[in-house]
Amino acid sequence: MRSDVNRRDLIKRAAAVGLLAAPAAGLLSACASSGSGNDKGTDKGEKSKENPFGVANDAPLDVVIFKGGYGDAYAIEFEKIYKKKFSGSKVSHLGTQEITGKLQPRFNAGNPPDVVDDSGAQQIKLDVLYKSGQLTDLTPLLDAPYIDDPSKKIRDVLQPGTIETGSFDDGKMYQLSYIYTVWGLWYSGKLFKEKGWTAPKTWADFMSLCEEIKKSGIAPFTHQGKYPYYINIVVMDLIAKHGGPDLVKRIDDMDATVWDDPAAKAAVEAVYQIADKGYLLPGTNGMTHIESQTAWNEGKAAFIPCGSWLENEQLKATPSDFEMTFLPIPSLDGDKLPFEAIRAGAGEPFIVPKKAKNQAGGLEFLRIMLTKEASSKFAQTANSLTVLKDGVGSDVQLRPGTASTVTALTAAGTNVFNYNYINTQSAFDTDVQNASAELMAKRIKPADWLKRVKAAAEKAKKGS
Amino acid sequence: MRYRKYPFIAGFLVIPVVLYVVFVIWPYLQTFGYSLTDWSGQSQEMHFVGLENYTKLFGDHVFLQALQHNVLLLVFLPVITILLALFFAFMLNVGGRGGTTGVRGVRGSAFYKVVFFFPQVLSVAILVVLFQAVYRSDGSGLLNGILIKLHLQDPSAPVEWLNSPNLVMWCLLGVQIWAGVGFYLVLFSAAMQSVPKDIYEAALLDGAGRLQTFFKVTLPLLWDSVQTAWVYLAIAAMDFFVLASVLTPGSSFGGGPDYHGEVMATYLMRNFLTFGKSGYACAMGVVILFLTLILSAIALRVSRRDRIEY
Repeated sequence: MRSDVNRRDLIKRAAAVGLLAAPAAGLLSACASSGSGNDKGTDKGEKSKENPFGVANDAPLDVVIFKGGYGDAYAIEFEKIYKKKFSGSKVSHLGTQEITGKLQPRFNAGNPPDVVDDSGAQQIKLDVLYKSGQLTDLTPLLDAPYIDDPSKKIRDVLQPGTIETGSFDDGKMYQLSYIYTVWGLWYSGKLFKEKGWTAPKTWADFMSLCEEIKKSGIAPFTHQGKYPYYINIVVMDLIAKHGGPDLVKRIDDMDATVWDDPAAKAAVEAVYQIADKGYLLPGTNGMTHIESQTAWNEGKAAFIPCGSWLENEQLKATPSDFEMTFLPIPSLDGDKLPFEAIRAGAGEPFIVPKKAKNQAGGLEFLRIMLTKEASSKFAQTANSLTVLKDGVGSDVQLRPGTASTVTALTAAGTNVFNYNYINTQSAFDTDVQNASAELMAKRIKPADWLKRVKAAAEKAKKGS
Repeated sequence: MRYRKYPFIAGFLVIPVVLYVVFVIWPYLQTFGYSLTDWSGQSQEMHFVGLENYTKLFGDHVFLQALQHNVLLLVFLPVITILLALFFAFMLNVGGRGGTTGVRGVRGSAFYKVVFFFPQVLSVAILVVLFQAVYRSDGSGLLNGILIKLHLQDPSAPVEWLNSPNLVMWCLLGVQIWAGVGFYLVLFSAAMQSVPKDIYEAALLDGAGRLQTFFKVTLPLLWDSVQTAWVYLAIAAMDFFVLASVLTPGSSFGGGPDYHGEVMATYLMRNFLTFGKSGYACAMGVVILFLTLILSAIALRVSRRDRIEY
């Protein structure tokens, strides 16, 4: 029985290793932060009208792209344009979902890439990067000439809200949010035509239509319950439309008194009705975005809240005659904003790290992204609009969902709003999401929701 | 000649010790250092805040709730896994009766051994995908599908397993037990096979039943293995990061619904990466480390028995 003893010892030793490895989740990352480089701007070229940032022709460019719902094929196209302009440069491209895993060590060691599309579930939070002084001020980009028409500056050709979204509390823009997204409800035009339903404009109509849909045997409403971000689109848009832009600003500023406002109460109570009257698809509170969106594509539910990436994300699951259609969140009685008002804004943040070796090249890459050529390429490969005004050539054919967002944007005109707290107050956002998930599961009442969110805002105000 | 032995041994040890210090000990010390700062995790700029992170930690109700969940796992995971594994191992090795060959397992034990060990071969990623389908919250989920088919559950109100505050931790526990039993079954099987057959035969001749054989013979002889398993499972119970972060609801590292699926490791990661409170997260890491160390020491000490030689 000698070998038995050896085996036991071996397993004990294995246990000891496990002992050390168990809490290593956070500890491992810590060792990545030693050493700090501050060398930057090593590669400098001559500044000129065509080359406003002074990019050296032979400086390598290091691009990291979040390879999510939009893929990364568009970025490879942009890199080709860049290489045409700077023939001596070597462009390295990395498309990945693990932005944090790949880049956190590099940020800490002081050798980040030159351009990063910092997005996705594993993005490095921008408020964190900003507070750590890791971002380049993009003001020079805004003041640089627009490539398609050098008489204009970049800042004049961006969709409204782009600069605000990219700005932090010092008033400067540090991220270029490249994709112009609209948020709201979505339905199948085909299903509605078949059943003779009309898209509702008021919340009361919405509720009575839900009743009718329920009677026809289809669930009126589904949401991506595992990620309560999505139901917050309905909650927060109702608040914005009922209370007006002033309220949006106060929410972003973590003004806790907002949550005593009647607009907040009315909105949360309205959303609660969906759950309370049994309009939810059974099980939707526990479903992932893919599960619920696919159920919606299969006609099991009539409405779903989402941003305009929905069409691209569901390309394969959507039947060809589905007629995906966008609907602004229906109006409550006494709304300050009209029915057409929508949440729209720039998303998918592109940044140039402060310690990038080829900072000028990074800025120039962003400038190249803001051309008609690049913007059309993006609309073709990723089925989404960019923040460049009139950025899509007339020859580009849009899919029904994307086309319906263009119509909605035109109808909205200047009645466009957006929330910034999602980018700047991660902890508060998490608290609101938790509260909304509990609300939809009917485990708390609207009054509890307001109380919890108010407390979260107070905490965030103190903590920041 | 003896004195020349030591430089020789030291020569072999230098490299592993240096590697160990650089890649294990030094990060640990660094983590402790960071836990005394307000480090954001994304740059080298930070300020020394003393023990503030630690005092905050013990007033943080989310962390305390997560700790409670880990303690719950700590109580149930080792007990259930070990009991099940012991039972199955016993049945597979000595539970069979009625043959002329004396002591052996139940019929088809070789096949069962493979079946039980199978979950251990699956990577955690596959495990997660599998159980997402099992616990799916609508009628297409495996559990819900069965319940609805048996008319035990109303199709319009399926059980939202992982979105239910009362069920979520038990669901996670279930996954871990399902995946873990096979490994300990093999571990205990190996230990049982090394117990001389004549001991069992003697018990048999004395008229001991299965239960008596198990408690009076098998368990005492397996104590060392059980002890090892206990420590190992206790450590696993203090972690649970992968299952909780992927299966429970919530945008960054799960933890839902409303912190009912939270374990210390998921809360640590959310603070470390999402909230930019890396110093605070490091303090959690240090606390988890010490809790795990203390628990392991206690488990080893309490379960100490005299070894039975055979």
